[in-house]
Parts: sequence; C-alpha cells; structure tokens
Amino acid sequence: MVQAIRDAHAVAMERDESVVVFGEDVGYFGGVFRCTQGLQQRFGESRCFDAPITESGIVGAAVGMAAYGLRPCVEIQFADYMYPAYDQIVSEAARLRYRSAGDFSAPLTIRMPVGGGIFGGQTHSQSPEALFTHVAGLTTVIPSNPYDAKGLLIAAIEDDDPVIFLEPKRLYNGPFDGHHDRNLTPWSRHDLSEVPEGYYTVPLGTAARRRSGSDVTVLAYGTMVHVALAAVADTGVDAEVIDLRTLVPLDLTTIIDSVSKTGRCVVVHEATLTSGFGAELAALVQQHAFYYLAAPVERVTGYDTPYPHSQEWAYFPGPERVGKALIRVLET
Amino acid sequence: MMLTREFDRQMMIDQRQSKASFYMQSTGEEAIACAFHSALREGDMNFPTYRQQGLLVAAGYPLELMMSQVYSNSRDPLRGRQMPVFYSSREYGFFSISGNLATQFVQGVGWAMACALKGTSSIAASWIGDGASNETDFFSALVMASTYRAPVILNIVNNQWAISTSESVARGLAPSFAIRGHGFGIASLRVDGNDFLAVHSVAAWAAERARANMGPTLIEWVTYRAAAHSSSDDPSGYRPADEAQAWPLGDPIERLTTHLLRTGVLDESDVAALRVDVVDEVRVAQIEAQSHGTLKQGPVPSPREIFEDVFKSMPESLASQEREAGY
Repeated sequence: MVQAIRDAHAVAMERDESVVVFGEDVGYFGGVFRCTQGLQQRFGESRCFDAPITESGIVGAAVGMAAYGLRPCVEIQFADYMYPAYDQIVSEAARLRYRSAGDFSAPLTIRMPVGGGIFGGQTHSQSPEALFTHVAGLTTVIPSNPYDAKGLLIAAIEDDDPVIFLEPKRLYNGPFDGHHDRNLTPWSRHDLSEVPEGYYTVPLGTAARRRSGSDVTVLAYGTMVHVALAAVADTGVDAEVIDLRTLVPLDLTTIIDSVSKTGRCVVVHEATLTSGFGAELAALVQQHAFYYLAAPVERVTGYDTPYPHSQEWAYFPGPERVGKALIRVLET
Repeated sequence: MMLTREFDRQMMIDQRQSKASFYMQSTGEEAIACAFHSALREGDMNFPTYRQQGLLVAAGYPLELMMSQVYSNSRDPLRGRQMPVFYSSREYGFFSISGNLATQFVQGVGWAMACALKGTSSIAASWIGDGASNETDFFSALVMASTYRAPVILNIVNNQWAISTSESVARGLAPSFAIRGHGFGIASLRVDGNDFLAVHSVAAWAAERARANMGPTLIEWVTYRAAAHSSSDDPSGYRPADEAQAWPLGDPIERLTTHLLRTGVLDESDVAALRVDVVDEVRVAQIEAQSHGTLKQGPVPSPREIFEDVFKSMPESLASQEREAGY
C-alpha cells in the first residue's frame, strides 16, 4: 500500500506541475512510512520538500498555496499530530470557498496515518475521522487497500476542495485483519493489491461491497474492513461487508440498499464510541431503513479511553468482538 | 486616507442606525494600509486583518461594493455569509478575511512560496495585530518564512490596544514586537506607522527585497487605535478618553496635510476641496449601495445562499437539506 500511495503522488505530480508535496521528513528521506520516497529525486526540491516541525505552518502555508492555484498534498506524520493544524483545517481550508463566495478556494490534500496496532500508545494510534466529518466543507477519505489508496489519492489531489486522506498505518504492509497473534499476510497475496500502472481514479463518495451476504450488513472502513471480513469468516455468519472508502460525501445509497436487504446492521470503527462516525451511520440507517430493521443497529468500536500502549489489543475492536456483535444481532 | 476615514465614519453611523450588524473603524491607522498599497503591484496579495480596509480603498475597489458587504444587502459580493468588513477580492489583491486571528499570517507565507515556486516576481503581505502576534500561527509563519526565504512582508500593526489589553500584555519582556524577527534571522524594522511617507518608503524597500529573492521582512508599524475596537466595544471602560490626543505620533492625516502644505504641494483651498470631495464620494456610494438594501430593511441575500459554495459541487446530503429547508 505504501508503494501505491507513492505511485499516486508520482502520477499526480507527473500530470500536473502545480502538485507540490511536503511535510516532516517527506523530502530527502521520503517520509517515516516511506510514502513519498523517491519523489524529491524524481521531481526536484521545488516539488517535494522537507518542512520544519510545525503542523500549523505546514497546513497554513498549504492553504495559501492552494488559494494561489497550486495543489499541495501535505503529510502530517501521524494523525495524532494534526491538532496544531486543526484551526487551519476547520476555520480556513474548509470554509474558504464559502466565505469568499467562490473568490478563493483551497484544493489541498492532507494525508495522515491513522489507527493503532503498532504499539504507538496514545500519540501514534488515534483515529480522528469524526473530527473531520463533523466539519462542513471537508471531504474525508480512508482507503482499505492498495488499489483504492492509489485511485482515491489521485482523485483527492484532483478534487477542487480540501480532502482529508486518512491512511490506516496498520495496512501499509498488509491486509491486517486484527488477528495480531498470527503472521501478517503480505499484500502480494491479496486480490486488491493489483495496482495498475499510470493514471486511474476511484471516485470520491463511492462505497464498495467487499462481501455479499444476506443476514446482516457490516459498515466498516480502513483496517476494520479486514477485521470485519475475518469476523465473518470466523463466525460463519452470512454478512454483507461494505467498505465505505469515503465518509464525506457518504455513499448512502449503497448502505441503505444493503441494510434494506439484510435487515440488520453492525457498524465497526476503531475510533472511540461516543460521537464517533458510527453514531452518524446508525442514525442514517434508522432514518432510511427503519422498517427493514429486525434488530437494533450495533456499534463495535474502540472504548471511550485514550489509546493504551501495552494493552492495545484489549482496546482494539478485533474480530472476536465484531463476531460477537454479528451473532448478537442475529439472535435478536 | 481621508476617503477611508470618511468611509469609516459613515459606516459607523449606518451601523448605529441598524443598517449593518457590526462595524470596525481604522481611525488613526489609515496611513499604514493606504501607503502600503502604493508599494504593491498587480498580482501581489494581501492577507489582511479586519482593520486594513484602507488597502481596498487605496486600490480603488468600488466603495458601494464595500458598503454592500457591510450592509449584507442583495448586492453583497459575499452573499451575506460574512460579518461586515470581512471583505474578499482576489482581483484587488485582498484575501478573504477570517475572523480567527493570525491564521492568515502563515497563509500569506504559503502564497508567497507559491509565487516563488511558479517563478513569478509577485509577493504576498501578511497582516496581524500586536495582540494576535502571540498566537502560534504567528510563530509558524516566521518559521516557514525563514526556512523557505519566502517573498513575503510580515506586517505587525501595533496599535497599542488588543480590545482592552495594552500592547505591553502582548509584548511581555521584549522591548518591541519587531525584535521577534531577529530570532528567526528575518530582517525586522520598527516604523512610525502614522508617517505616510515613512510607511511608503519602508514598504517599497521590503517589497523590493522580496522581489529580489532576498527573503521576508518583518515590520512593526507603531500606531494608535483612536476609535473603539468595534461597534460592540466601549473603550471608556479601560483607557482614558483623551489618550488618543496625547498620542505622541499624532494623527496621520493631519501630519501628511501639514507636510504637503508646508512644502507647497497643496494649499488650504486644495485641502478644503478634498474634504468636500471625500464626503461626496462616500455619499454617492452610500446612496447607490442602499438602493440594493440594508440589513434591517432588506433586501438581503436569499436563504438559498446558505447551501451554495460549501463544496464546488453540492453533495447529495446537502442537497437533501436544501430541499427540506424549502427556500
């Protein structure tokens, strides 16, 4: 998936010289997760460069560049470090088109690794997607596999408004399914690791069905797509697994079509429960598919605590917890 | 300067008559924005605060459009979405104003970096007040400007008052605001902001440095906020009523007028004629703007405008909210 993200940058930079890439350790070194490796050598220091450690400076400057007419794609090293830039994202990038009545806009992409499972403790594990989906004017994207990561990132860079691009860091090296005690399957043995060369996009705002099923719909994104599929395999429940891919704008049609068919719904995310994006999904499902529901919508999420360090697998909503929820909704 | 002051005077009266929800004057600070403008070229971009209306006035932006924005009327270029005085005009080199302080100081650096990356000789000018210069974005801007040698002018307007707190609260133990730039290796100056000619020459020098790829310049413009912070503020609660008169740097309009009279560029009749002209110009614009409505009496922009421009193309979730609202 790292290669797919790298490739997406290269394709976008090749096609449009207004695309510039920067962030902490992003230039010469190629990023701590290697997602921008080789870009500086290929495109030069004016197109891909290192930034000082100032997230508000990185995003603030990117807003100015984007307003000028460039298409910056910046990296926040960990989503947990995003908070100094939050004002720039929420009050500036997200609102510039609106408040200037279209006189200025901010077509920038802000990439950041999210999620736990690397013993990163509370400052390298967070999933702050709901802090973005709550903000008018932001598009929020989270891929679950290399094919989507490349196609969505190119689409994000080409989008004329600010896009938050969340990269589940536990997926960088393989389709991690939550079975942390087993060896990780590499992406090379996964269907969606086949990444075409060159240009293609995955349209923002479209979900994908990862598994068809008739008994319950699982709504997931990022790492949790693979965790959900593992839970389905472990329990033998005939579930339909929907990979949302983009949280805003949301592909509501795919969600409601599926829940209307199955009559049950489990929402899974790694982020904390209260006011998480799962609450939005549960509300939408009951609003649009209430008369099809045979059971209450379940949420399986991280607990409402900071992300712990040594106990991270007790915190992580793994396949066992998801499996229990699947069985619970079927027994209702 | 005279036109800006007359514009402010009239808008303040109109605000008191409920034609606008809010207003902010730049009384006593006009020299900074007006003289600074003359150092810029087409293609340069200001990232102003809410007290640099003089930039737009000096650039010749139509007064009736500024007024329409203040009145939030049917002709408001920002369609009623922004509080009064938060103008925006790409064409006139005036970036959309945010109400969150200091955020735009670093955006100006980014714009300047983009100018350099594109190989143009255009520059950017960021603006901030003495109070807001303690926000983290101020320091982020200095870091970014220093690291990338951005062609930007970083302006601190030290008007002595951040609403009710004096500049000493913001300045702390430092002898000036300008000195902060030295820690970042940025050329920094402290200038009499009530001297129109000084502002022009320093701004022109800083702009020339930026265009010559010699990097950023930080300028502290020393001035005095002679009026209230805003239409919602009453300074009598925190400073002496006659403090403005005691201000040692004087009034910028009086100072330039005196200079022009003494040097014979103007005579008393010219000055008198100018005073009449600016009142007429503002009145004509006011009549025109009010023919398109005011906040209290309308017409104001349609509620449909609420939903436009959130994204370039409206997502279905928002379209359904618009349909439900039924405007």
